Amino acid sequence: MFFTQTNWRPIAEGIFIPLGSLVLALVLFGVFVTILGNNPLMVYEAMHQTAFGNWRTFQGTLLRAAPLMLTALCTALPARMGLMIIGNEGALVIGGLGAVITGLLLSYGNLTPSLTATPAELSPLLIQLSMALAGILFGGAWIGIVGALKHYRGVNETISSLLMNYIAIALLNHLVEGPLKDPRSLNKPSSFAIPEPFMVGNIGDTRIHYGLIYGIIACLVAYILIQRTTFGFAARVAGGNMKAALVSGLPVGKLTLVICFLAGSCAGLAGMVEVAAVQSQANSSLIAGYGYSGILVAFVARYNPIAAAMVAILLGGIINSGGTLQRNFNMPDATVLLFQGLVFLVVIYSESLYGRLSWFRQSQSQ
Amino acid sequence: MASEALGSVGVFVAILGGTLRGSVPFLFVSLGECLTEKSGKINLGLEGTLLTGAMSAYAVSFLLQGKLGSGLAPWIGVMASGLAGLCLGFIHAWLSQQRRVNDIAVGIAMIIFGSGVAFFLGKSFIQPKAPQLPTLDLGFWSTVPAVQSALKISPLFLFGMALAPVMHWFFRSTRWGLIVRAVGDSPDAALAMGISIPKVRMISIMVGSLFAGIGGSGLSLYYPGIWSENISSGQGLMAVALVIFARWNPIQCLWASLFFGGAQALGPALQAVGIDQGRYLFNAIPYLLTLVIMVLTCSPRKTLTGAPGALGEKS
Amino acid sequence: MEFRIRRRRFIQLGSGVMIATVAHACSPSSPEAGESPSTSGEKPITMGFIYVGPKDDYGYNQAHAEGKEGASKLSFVKTVDQASVPETNEVQEVMRSMIEKDGATVLFPTSFGYFDPHILKLAKEYPDVQFFHCGGLYQADKHPKNVGSYFGYIDEGQYIAGIVAGLTTKTGKLGFIAAKPIPQVLRNINSYTLGARSVKPDVKTQLIITGNWSEPVKEAEAANSMADQGVDVITCHVDSPKVVMETAEKRGIFCTGYHANQSALAPKGYLTGAEWNWSGIYSSYAEKIKAGQTLMNGGIPHLLRGGLKDGYLTISAYGSQVSDAAKKAADAAKEKFLAGTMVVYKGELKDNQGKVIIPAGKEQLQQDPELEKMDWLVEGVIGSTGV
Repeated sequence: MFFTQTNWRPIAEGIFIPLGSLVLALVLFGVFVTILGNNPLMVYEAMHQTAFGNWRTFQGTLLRAAPLMLTALCTALPARMGLMIIGNEGALVIGGLGAVITGLLLSYGNLTPSLTATPAELSPLLIQLSMALAGILFGGAWIGIVGALKHYRGVNETISSLLMNYIAIALLNHLVEGPLKDPRSLNKPSSFAIPEPFMVGNIGDTRIHYGLIYGIIACLVAYILIQRTTFGFAARVAGGNMKAALVSGLPVGKLTLVICFLAGSCAGLAGMVEVAAVQSQANSSLIAGYGYSGILVAFVARYNPIAAAMVAILLGGIINSGGTLQRNFNMPDATVLLFQGLVFLVVIYSESLYGRLSWFRQSQSQ
Repeated sequence: MASEALGSVGVFVAILGGTLRGSVPFLFVSLGECLTEKSGKINLGLEGTLLTGAMSAYAVSFLLQGKLGSGLAPWIGVMASGLAGLCLGFIHAWLSQQRRVNDIAVGIAMIIFGSGVAFFLGKSFIQPKAPQLPTLDLGFWSTVPAVQSALKISPLFLFGMALAPVMHWFFRSTRWGLIVRAVGDSPDAALAMGISIPKVRMISIMVGSLFAGIGGSGLSLYYPGIWSENISSGQGLMAVALVIFARWNPIQCLWASLFFGGAQALGPALQAVGIDQGRYLFNAIPYLLTLVIMVLTCSPRKTLTGAPGALGEKS
Repeated sequence: MEFRIRRRRFIQLGSGVMIATVAHACSPSSPEAGESPSTSGEKPITMGFIYVGPKDDYGYNQAHAEGKEGASKLSFVKTVDQASVPETNEVQEVMRSMIEKDGATVLFPTSFGYFDPHILKLAKEYPDVQFFHCGGLYQADKHPKNVGSYFGYIDEGQYIAGIVAGLTTKTGKLGFIAAKPIPQVLRNINSYTLGARSVKPDVKTQLIITGNWSEPVKEAEAANSMADQGVDVITCHVDSPKVVMETAEKRGIFCTGYHANQSALAPKGYLTGAEWNWSGIYSSYAEKIKAGQTLMNGGIPHLLRGGLKDGYLTISAYGSQVSDAAKKAADAAKEKFLAGTMVVYKGELKDNQGKVIIPAGKEQLQQDPELEKMDWLVEGVIGSTGV
């Protein structure tokens, strides 16, 4: 037999616990829905249909999952080293700003081109890659600062990254309503727009933009980096026991800086995707909470990049199905928030069950 | 009704008034967070608690005004907000002490859950007007309306101001305070003393959350005195930074809260006399300043003075 | 090249407005269900409404949600709505779902940020669905044929409120609390100030910008610091004016409302206010669509604008503190608006930097699209449009 008891049990556990907690959350929310006078089964059927029912509606789920995959990595990667970063929203905003600045400079040679300016004749791919690179560098540098403050000054990374969210948002608002403002943006102050031909398009004939591919690639790369490379191993060692890592001579400082940079670059890339695939300009719509949702995705995925991609799709589905609660069941807009909170609390609780359920511990008795 | 323009003195009065009014939620969440962190846990979910507290206080005050009159109803509202805080605190305390569960993760989930509860139940209370907490008019001696208004102090503010030294004394001089500090500083030693760490943390987190709930009632029943889904401008989330700003010292929490409350009033007050450049950047100053202070006072070799030793460590 | 396009656009815009007002003048203003020639039992018109915030915010979104309720009373209309939809591709998905799942053929995405790129993108994808956007500027050469824009000249209400405020203030200082210095807001500030200065030329309006659409603490703080500076009448343009009204009342100063009637919040100090009447607008759209008129066949103008005389807004009943003189002056202005003879923006008009905006002898009528691009503050406003 290939399947000895030592390797199927953890796998079964790894499947059962998340699924079980999801079911528990559904039951709890079902009680709530019943109290509100709706049939929970009908609600779930409608939610399922909206989120995963067919390829067309499922695209809506994937679309919403794309930015969450990237912002989740901003928390998941450093967490493997024991660093708790919650500056995802700020890094996304700064990455988006970086992308728009780069896109405009390459297209017009100017951040506030004259209204008659025509974009340069450059290869769209080149501009897209430059914008992505800018998003990565800007976002990376932003969280890199958090890593540097942690390493050189011992500043708590959770708090500093939280504070930097506020600073990033203030910076965005100041720039798009001030120096970067397009006078034509009238009632929604925005930067100038990236020319249409340079925008990131959709995959095939779907309505999903390439940001999803970026997200999946980033999750895969992050997984390999953490699980299959020396760098990842060193980071995990440091995350497991910082003192031991220091004693054994691991370059903890370098690890901290690199992993923070990588984390920020993922969120920065998410910002680039928002700008270059959705909004075409930088404005306050960039502050849509993708960063904060990403933190939760990372926690629920237990910092595993592959799992993060899947949890992002699940959350994308919940957001996707939120509309049906309002439109078809007449529940207020806060219902989906409540549902999300419930799911996350139960899933976070389930974390503590690993290795504690006797089912997955007792020896095989067949 | 006519009031004379006060010019630059007016700015000072406006900032003073704004500080006294705006610092109430900051004060309560920071004292709550201070207690929580002293026991070695972080509660990032106080934003959700603040919202739920604000909503329940407003709702109860509105619903009971007919039965109890508008004098008593808001005070029951304050109690309700504390109770709401206790409940959310219990969830946080219980969850964050499970094995392998990260308290930051629970905090973020609690923000979503808490705001979900508050928004869901609060829908029908946005429009009606609930009776407000009374204020103490400490400006009775002045004939200038601006001064009179600035010195309309909420009893909640006085309560918070008294709570800070009491908490300080509690940590320094009481057995219970010592126990909380021991649990937060060196859980091993506390364990050796025969203290139940989970119980102490449970109580600290719940009481901390109760304070945050009361802070919420300050928002909805005192200033600005409404219930809306945007009532909090992130005061709950900032609690964590405030406590660091205050170095886990309740007395300094008071100063930090006054500073953050005052910073909120500074922008509008300066615009009122025509200084109106850099609005957004100006609003970011408290955050930037907190960061700068952290950078200046931290050291890579030792943790911040006052920081509980076990803070943020895995349980 | 770009310049030529823009000039052409202006001309088209201008003619669009003409069509709009004419068409509106011809259409029945009061919606009455079931009297049109088409047979009953027909498939209802499904109209979808999307709001950026909660629909019970006691402000902007609630005004629209109430408008939706009004339209849904028509027998041939079915409505769906969704609240708290962010201005990301989320709104595209919501519109798509309303079209594909709920069968919506008419959409009213009500937040300004929904327009570019979200509505424009979806409109290309669903050429048979009509997208009506609140507040955008339709450009015939650039935007799809199935996109329309509607908005009301709510600044007419602010002008009248300004007259009442000007005749009520004792200190000569008015206060305006605004969310962002964008054209829609600036126009309200300017009209309010012009209204006040039309009856008391030395009145000044103090402007405080909070930076966001909903910042209750900052709004209350702004109201308080204005009261400290001697301002004795306050109004605002934020998503939910509740906190401003209540703070003014607490400070014992006057206020004028916005979005909806807030007289209950400030029984002593509430003077008057500019209220939206979306229900009339939405119902009249529904009537037209039922009669077979669409954006695509030219039956419905792409740019629909209207003021007091078109029933797009109403003025709150005067509060008890409004003097007879103020009532008389305000009513006179209202009559002129109703008759269509009032010109708010006419030369010589200077901005608060001393620059001449409209030279002497020139007029900018309410329908002039240039007014929807306003980026200046009129003389008498203390404040700036910068960040």
